[in-house]
Amino acid sequence: MANAANNEIRYLNPPTVEVRKKKYCRFKKAGIKYVDYKDPEFLKKFLNEQGKILPRRITGTSLKFQRKVAQAVKRARSLALLPYVTDLLK
Amino acid sequence: MIKQYETVFIATPVLSDAQMKEAVAKYTDLIKANGGEVVYEEDWGLKQLAYPIDHKTSGFYYLIEFKAAPEFIATLETQYHRDERIIRYLTVALDKDAVAYAEHRRANRAAKAAAPKAEPVAESVVEAKSEESVEA
Repeated sequence: MANAANNEIRYLNPPTVEVRKKKYCRFKKAGIKYVDYKDPEFLKKFLNEQGKILPRRITGTSLKFQRKVAQAVKRARSLALLPYVTDLLK
Repeated sequence: MIKQYETVFIATPVLSDAQMKEAVAKYTDLIKANGGEVVYEEDWGLKQLAYPIDHKTSGFYYLIEFKAAPEFIATLETQYHRDERIIRYLTVALDKDAVAYAEHRRANRAAKAAAPKAEPVAESVVEAKSEESVEA
């Protein structure tokens, strides 16, 4: 009988419910239609510190623009604006 | 059929200013001689390369935007390939978005050159970023 009142679980701290921020495609949001290979600083946002292209699941870029980013990064690499391989890019 | 292209080449860092001008003149003349039209030129100056090419760690970058027939590109790239001064080149066809972007970029740079202190207000953050990096 006394247990009935204690059935309710009590937490010392309020349980943290993880609220994930929805990822979005920055190109769609900003209305950018062309990804420029001449701008290595911008393209670095899509690279990890080894200079590898980050997957869409991390950056949130839509497929359409991921292809364009990949193309632009590869062009920038061939012009020695970005390295092919490196450590500590940022 | 005339298409718009953009070509960037990297010349060896050992060239003098006069030699660099001569190299640029060679390619602009080549474009004009083959019925092309130079839309825009941009000198990026001596830049550090992200990785060494032919044991060189820097090079003179030069950008030319032009209109020409697609058959001309093979001629241009052959010339690049034979030229000992050119260590790397890239030619890209511009689609309509790229042309719009190029015009926007050009206008921004012209505005910056005219008034270096005044920041253009009506532009997206990303565009502003891109301009900064080009200046840097």
